[in-house]
Parts: sequence; C-alpha cells; structure tokens
Amino acid sequence: MAEQAQAPMPSAAAPAPESPATPATVRMTYREAVREAIREAMHADPRVFVMGEDVGAYGGCYAVTKGLLTEFGPERLRDTPLSESAFVGAGIGAAVGGMRPIVEIMTVNFSLLALDQIMNTAATFLHMSGGQCNVPVVIRMTTGAGRQLAAQHSHSLEGWYAHIPGLRILAPATVEDARRMLAPALADPDPVLLFEHALLYNVSGDVPPADAFVPFDRAIVRRAGHDVTLVTYGGMLARTLEAAERLAADDGIEAEVIDLRSLRPLDEATILDSVRRTHRAVIVDEGWRSGSLSAEIAARIAEQAFFDLDAPLRRVCSAEVPMPYARHLEQAALPQVDGILAAVRPLVTR
Amino acid sequence: MTVLTPPAPEREQDRGRAIARLTSMLRIRRFEERCGELYQDEKIRGFLHLYIGQEAVATGVMSCLRADDAVVATYREHGHALARGISADAIMAEMFGKVTGTSRGRGGSMHLFDTATRFYGGHAIVGAGLPFAIGLALADRLQGRDRVTACFFGEGAVAEGEFHESLNLAVLWQLPVLFCCENNLYAMGTEIAHEQAETDLALKAAAYRLPSWPVDGMDVDAVESATRRAVAAIRAGEGPHFLELRTYRFRPHSMFDPGLYRSADEVAQWMTRCPIATYSARLRAAGWLDDDTLAGIEQAAREEVEQAVTFAEQSPWEPMDDLLRFVTSEEVRHG
Repeated sequence: MAEQAQAPMPSAAAPAPESPATPATVRMTYREAVREAIREAMHADPRVFVMGEDVGAYGGCYAVTKGLLTEFGPERLRDTPLSESAFVGAGIGAAVGGMRPIVEIMTVNFSLLALDQIMNTAATFLHMSGGQCNVPVVIRMTTGAGRQLAAQHSHSLEGWYAHIPGLRILAPATVEDARRMLAPALADPDPVLLFEHALLYNVSGDVPPADAFVPFDRAIVRRAGHDVTLVTYGGMLARTLEAAERLAADDGIEAEVIDLRSLRPLDEATILDSVRRTHRAVIVDEGWRSGSLSAEIAARIAEQAFFDLDAPLRRVCSAEVPMPYARHLEQAALPQVDGILAAVRPLVTR
Repeated sequence: MTVLTPPAPEREQDRGRAIARLTSMLRIRRFEERCGELYQDEKIRGFLHLYIGQEAVATGVMSCLRADDAVVATYREHGHALARGISADAIMAEMFGKVTGTSRGRGGSMHLFDTATRFYGGHAIVGAGLPFAIGLALADRLQGRDRVTACFFGEGAVAEGEFHESLNLAVLWQLPVLFCCENNLYAMGTEIAHEQAETDLALKAAAYRLPSWPVDGMDVDAVESATRRAVAAIRAGEGPHFLELRTYRFRPHSMFDPGLYRSADEVAQWMTRCPIATYSARLRAAGWLDDDTLAGIEQAAREEVEQAVTFAEQSPWEPMDDLLRFVTSEEVRHG
C-alpha cells in the first residue's frame, strides 16, 4: 500500500482560505489548490463530504486532505476500510441519495478494484434508468509514474476511463485547474473522475481569480505556435512545454502546446483548429501506446484533418512495460523531453 | 376458561392484510407465467429470470417498507417491482423495449428503475447492488432521515467481495440497511454446497456483528414478521440487519437454462411448499378465504397482466434519433 509518498507541506503555507473570491492572483502548490477546492466546496454545500482510505486521521496518502478532519469532523471526512469497491459504490449511492460525495482513491491502480462500480453502475445508471437516476459523484485519484513506486502504483490509466460513455474525465495539469475544476465537477449531475498526477502535488503556481477560469470541458492552448501542434495533458504538460521552448531556442521551431484538460469529452475543435494551422501534430501521453487515448486523438485528427496534414502523425508514449522500479529504467520507460524533440524535429523542415 | 380472541375489527384488518399478501403473490405468479410465454413468443428478448417460487420474499419484505424507504434489487426483480407498487404496464412495456417502460426500453427485464417508488434497479452484476445500497443509506444518515434501504441479492452474491466489503462498512458506520439474502440454493446452476464453505449464511453474516436471522422464505407471514422486526430496529437506529430468506425458484435460472444441475424430484419436493398454495390453504383453514374470493383475486390478476400486455404491445418505440439520450444529463452527443 502507498505510504505518505510525499512530505506534507507546512500547514502555515495555507493561503487565505476563507476568501475564495479574492480578486488578486494567489500563489500556492497543487496540493494546496486541491485542498482549498475541497474546503471551499465543503463550506459552500453541506451535502459535500469526503471519503476514502486515510483521508482523515492520516491526512491523505498525498497529504491533500491534511487538516480537514479537524475542520469538518469524522462525519464529513470519512476514513474507509480498504474496500475500494464498497466505498466507491457507497459514493455512487450517496450521490443518488442526494449527497455530493468526493471519493478519493489512492492511485489509479487501486481504482481497478472499484472498476465495476465506476463502469457498471456510475456510468450506466442514467441511461439504464431511462434518464431517472443521475449520479453526481466526484472521484479523485492519483495517476502517473516518476516516484519509483513500481508496477502497481504508477500507471496512467485515465485513457481507459476516457473510453467509457457516461463519465466525464478531467486531468488538471496546472495549479489553477487543480483549484478551480472541483467546483464545476461537483455541480455536474453526472459522474466525474479527476486525475491528479503524483508529480504535480509539490508544484507551485498562480491561481488567478475565479472569473478568469476557462470552462473545464475546453482544451487550452498553453503555448502558441505555428509549426507543429503538441497535444498533451496532466503530468506531461510541463515537459511538453519544456520541449517546446527547446525547439524554439535550438531549432527555431514554434510549437503550439494544447493541454486537453478534459479527456472525455474531448475538445476536438481546439485540437483540429490548431492542426489546421500548423499542419503537423505530435501527441504526448504518459499512457501506453496500444489502444490508447493517444491513438484516439491521432485517429480523430486523421479522420477530420487528414488533408491539412503535411507530415505523419507522431506519438510519444510510455514504453509498453509494467513500470519498473529502478530509477534509470523508470525514466527510460516514460516520455522525456528528448523523446519529444526527436519526434518533432523530423516533421518540421525549415 | 375462555379463549381470548382479538376483537372483530382487528381480525378484519388481519384478514385484509392476509388477503393483500396472497393477492400480491398471485399477481407476481401470473405476471411471471405470462412473461415466460411472451419470451417463447419472442416478444420479450434478452435474458429473462423468473421469480416463480420466491414470491413470498418480495411480498413479505415490501409490505413492511414505507413509501420513502428505498429498494435495491437484482436482475430477478419483476416481483419486487410489482410488490413495490410499480405498475405492471410499465414493467411489461420495459420488457417489450417500449418507450413507456420503466427505463424507456433502455434497461429491459434486468434493469427496472422507478425513482417515484425509490426503486433503484435492477442490478445485473452480482453483488454490485450492496455498495450502492449502503450509499443510499449513508445519504439518509447524513441527512438525518429515518429511512431504510432494503437491498436484495441472492446467495451467489455472498461469494463476491462486495458482499463482505459492504456488510463490514455498513456495520462500521451503522447504516440503515436491511440486507435481504434470497437463498434459493443455486447460484445459476451451482449449488450452495459447491460455492460456500459455510452454507449457513445467517451464521456467516453474523461474523460482521449485525443481527442475522434465518427466515423461512416460503412463508410470507414469517418473512413479514421478521422484516417488520428488523425494519423497526433499523429505523430506531440499531444499525443494519441481515435476513437469510430460505427459498427456492421453481423455474430455470433463465430461459436458456436446461436444468441439468438439479433433479425433478427435488423441484417437485419444493413445489409442495409453494408459497401461494400453502398460504391459500392456511387462509382457508382460518376461514378467511373461500372459492369466490380466490377466483376474484385470480381474475383480477389475469386481467391486470393482460392489460399490461396490451399496453406494452400498443406502446410506441423510443425514436431512433434519441439513441444517445441519457448518456449524460446534458444529452450532449459527444463525438
């Protein structure tokens, strides 16, 4: 099982929590942003509660819910047994029963123990009941590798979930998205899965005022460019942006970087609009390549913008291996900046 | 010494309730028999699991629930839906795949839903209804409501991890759930001795530290009386209860079941304990039922079923353009 895999931030670092509408931009870590989003939601709506493994007394496997037990008490910060299927199913039932649960699963690998509830119950109920049963549950979980946690704590399976009709899949890649995506997720009458990359929790970033937030179902162009489109999300955004800067500095290639943010539904318009301008696309995805989200995006570009393309589509994905423990092997398995550069350079001839 | 008998109005009430139970069981029996025929006629397709033989369970349990309580059932749930008060028309139309069905033809026999009566499926993954049911109960607890959630499942579900996870969690959190395990001795075609190391399921459930009672599921009065006690305790805040309702299905598991796993003798033995026949005999012995009354109940049940068939036949289909409705609430057709 996961221990607290990351040192918790000093609680003194918590930003002014009681004033979510502060007009000024606030700086905080990704972890604090998720925590503040949860606090805000719990203050705003008595139906909101949190449950999961070690979310209370322990403070959360990644320290996201640290301090919330003291503030909200054990009825609203519910530690569960190691029963993923039961507590995820209970979240689904509580949502149908009128609550607004936030269910935390330690990592995406553990979510497979609750896959039946997520796929066969949460995703199907509205349709199977002929529109009678909404399931307004939010399920948060950690995803991704890079912490030497080996083959049962490190995978990027969000693409699997994006396969399922009836679910909304979000991947906040920035501190602002971590801070702002939870509220609309809770307001959504349908099940929403939020994937938080484990490497992001310690990252600091700016959170602009709430009214600056771009709707959560839209992709965002994080860097404008005209030579090639790099499509990515979640934990891969930072290194894709880094690759884009290197391409500009070393090769004079201006890459446009798209952060998908929502993996289901996909904001096709933003992707296609970019590809029609740059005529080239590379997809960077920490998931495996075969039968994947990256394959889906490539297929949609090929289906809808084939004649706009000046070069073959390329993908940079994780090696098709269960994530190894040893650092050099793990790093070799993951998409890296050099791999992105190597994929882009042959496509753009200047 | 004179024998004390209840005053006449009370006896009349008891008789009324007894007749209502008999009526409910007969409605279910006639409905299910007709479903079997309609399956042969290819009006009903997919999987069809008949409840014949187990009618006393749904009837007895439902008679103890309030309108604001909740029911979570399995894929063998026509009887539960009828006993809960969902119209035979809507249930039959659902099986015909019509837009007037409980789920607009999107669920079929295995997925009946009706939020008006708080009937939440129709779960066809064995064991999956239990976590969902404890969630409904958790919502009631957190919102300070004294409602009960009745969760039905078969003894096959006891082999699933979700059974164990859910009983444990329900007891830890003292949730208002009535676990109704309908032990009909066969998980599809696997007899209980081949799939449970401990076949006394009430004993097994008791390990989770909740009141667990074995009940004769062929006797509607026994089911009613155990349920009434359990529901009162749950509503009073005494936490979840478990009933092992020992029963038997007279028909095959589904319409595809050749019935190779049990003997005709065994089925015949159980049929001598038919919940409807034995209950009718008991009411006759008490002087509460005569031929005319029984004929009237039969007649009404048959008419209700035929009316449901006509309703289903004449109902329209969901328009094909609406295929993608209800995937999400916005009904956005994600590309």
